[in-house]
Amino acid sequence: MENKYSIEEIKKAHKILKEFTYSPKSLSKGYSGETLYVNLSTNEIKIKQVTDQMKNIFIGGRGFGLWYLWNAVTGKTKWNDPENEIIISPGPICGITQYPGAGKSLVVSLSPTTGSVMDSNVGGYFGPYLKFSGFDALEIQGKAEKDVVVFIDGDNGRVTIEEAPLEEVNSHIICEQLTELYAKDEADRMHVATVASGKAAEHSLIGHLNFSFYDKRRKGTRLKQAGRGGIGTVLRDKKVKGLIVRTSNIKGDTNNPADQALLNKTGIKLHKEIYRNDEKQCHMRTQGTAHLVEIMSDYDLLPVNNFKFGAHEKARQMASWVWQKKFTQGIPDGCWFGCTMACAKAVDGFEVKTGPYKGHKVIVDGPEYETVAGVGSCCGIFDPDAVIELNFYCDTYGVDTISFGTLTAFAMECFENKIITEKETGGLKLNFGNHEAALELLHMMARGEGFGKIAGMGVRKMKEYFVKNYGADAKFLQDIGMECKGLEYSQYVSKESLAQQGGYALTNKGPQHDEAWLIFMDMVNNHIPTFENKAEALHYFPLFRTWFGLNGLCKLPWNDVEPETNSKTDEPAKVPEHVQNYVDLFNGVTGKNIDKKELIRMSERVYNFQRVFNLKMGFGTREHDIPPYRSVGPVTSEEYESRKDRYDKQLKEKAGIDPAGLSTEEKVKKMREFREKQYQTLVDAVYKRRGWNERGIPKLETLKELSIDFEDVVNLVKSKI
Amino acid sequence: MIEVNENKIAWHENMSVSELLKICKYSFPLIIVKVNGEFVARPEYETHLIADGSNVSVIHLMSGG
Repeated sequence: MENKYSIEEIKKAHKILKEFTYSPKSLSKGYSGETLYVNLSTNEIKIKQVTDQMKNIFIGGRGFGLWYLWNAVTGKTKWNDPENEIIISPGPICGITQYPGAGKSLVVSLSPTTGSVMDSNVGGYFGPYLKFSGFDALEIQGKAEKDVVVFIDGDNGRVTIEEAPLEEVNSHIICEQLTELYAKDEADRMHVATVASGKAAEHSLIGHLNFSFYDKRRKGTRLKQAGRGGIGTVLRDKKVKGLIVRTSNIKGDTNNPADQALLNKTGIKLHKEIYRNDEKQCHMRTQGTAHLVEIMSDYDLLPVNNFKFGAHEKARQMASWVWQKKFTQGIPDGCWFGCTMACAKAVDGFEVKTGPYKGHKVIVDGPEYETVAGVGSCCGIFDPDAVIELNFYCDTYGVDTISFGTLTAFAMECFENKIITEKETGGLKLNFGNHEAALELLHMMARGEGFGKIAGMGVRKMKEYFVKNYGADAKFLQDIGMECKGLEYSQYVSKESLAQQGGYALTNKGPQHDEAWLIFMDMVNNHIPTFENKAEALHYFPLFRTWFGLNGLCKLPWNDVEPETNSKTDEPAKVPEHVQNYVDLFNGVTGKNIDKKELIRMSERVYNFQRVFNLKMGFGTREHDIPPYRSVGPVTSEEYESRKDRYDKQLKEKAGIDPAGLSTEEKVKKMREFREKQYQTLVDAVYKRRGWNERGIPKLETLKELSIDFEDVVNLVKSKI
Repeated sequence: MIEVNENKIAWHENMSVSELLKICKYSFPLIIVKVNGEFVARPEYETHLIADGSNVSVIHLMSGG
């Protein structure tokens, strides 16, 4: 890779603003008991003690992030105020190497797009290395005056804030530079992990964080993303170019678990299961999550043209077997040591065709399913190489592929409806399928130019801008703009699954499928037919999945491989054997004695606390849980007509309305009335099951029962009831 | 006629589980098939024939991101 400056020049230009020394604490049963606090406004660096209350109530990961942020901000704090923090916390199980998917970190911050609290999970080595350097969390507050890096030297117990004027900003370069700069030699590079963002994060609100890991087989840094909610934008607003951690303290038992033998036994069982079953089941080891592309199209769930449709005949041009050929095979692609699921696939030697890196050959991490669907089909793009190029630039420029895909698709629909024209887009012909225009939009975003800057505000703010400046129809934009709470939708069409409509819009942070993915259970299996059934699923699954984020675990090994006996269990959707694995992992690391009920309880405390946090920031009530109608049903006649038989049948059989003699517009209207009423009934059922009042506010008895009835929490909730 | 996940599907002679899955476009790999409440193992999908009037459950598990 060509760099403007040599590593020596970059190093020489660094000026140490603050140096802090500490004695790295050994981990005990998954915790160090200490958090590293760094304030970039004052250059204060200190260690905070992790209390027993934090461990008992908030567990770690997302829980610790929420707790620290809760204490750092007021209800008036904005994302770009110095008080806002970025908290990275891995959780107690994170860092074990015996069980697949145990290297995740959770990042928490106030989001530029939602204005409320955001959590985003990510792989890569930074989180585990942070722990192995002696910290259960890293809390960054304040804003630097000039570009800085923060370096945590876990081997020597030293933390520095350093001015860093010469490094690149874009991640595929800066992560290489910082890895080389802080490693003692080439062999030491695998002991270095970094966090960075990119140029588009500086000019948009959808910036993401890249967490690196050094791939010694490829001799290059790989990038995993904390994608959702604009935390990369917060990082660059704080003038952080990079975070670096270095430690050689990497062993299978660095967590000092309570019961190593239990971890070994549980891990071996799953490794064997993956080796036996993956090639018969999801092909995660060869295709990653991209195995889902043609399947989603088969089930009418693949977003096409801004979620208008759920399938396309060209979807097979981007099918799993296409990606399998493009991904380098035969390399153990785990984003943490010991992960035999190995789904962090990569395209090697990809020659970039546009933009500032045209002609460069690069490693592209992914694309994963969400990226293929987001920057691909959702924008009407079915060219795999275009998807890889968009994936590469989103990553290195530091923007979330999901948000970029959804907002570009929204802009494309506005363009096709002549709400915006080439005059507003600066000459971009933003028709569905125009990948050159999508790429140029991304380059404009990175340069902070024209329509790139407007689009980079995200769908919610684009809607407001188009109404105010272009006289657009606010109601139509509300219907087609796929955001809720200010966060862009992730990539599943939810029109035919009421439960998934709730799974998206009844989330804490916004419509991201990492809380609940209930489409098959609801739409295909017909297993949760009543509102109460759906509400139960919308209670259990979001809580179960929250638990991964408290402990530093990846969700994929839970249900992207399944034991042969799973089909004969009472509740196969929960994968009971794997649930027991997680109970064993937690007990094996921490020495506690939880069961599967307590596992859910642990999440319930944090989940409700996050709901109250939303209240604190001025959100968290019913009106914020309403999805755009495009997520619920057909907005336009074109959509209705494309699935006319299905919708006519539903009108007749489910809504009791005879469609004969009705115009398409009338049928769209009747369908909408029916579906919106259904959704409101679902909301009532879910609130009841979650122990919230009819406005979506957790009841005082719920808070008490969950032991999160802290004085400030109770006072806040009382003031909102 | 048979019933698949509570939907009516046209039946024909010698309809195997594999064939039914193709007709329904059920391409997802993590599924459980039960015919009249009896579990059908994956290796038997090609050979297990479905009788007219059967009640078939094709239970899709969860996967993905």
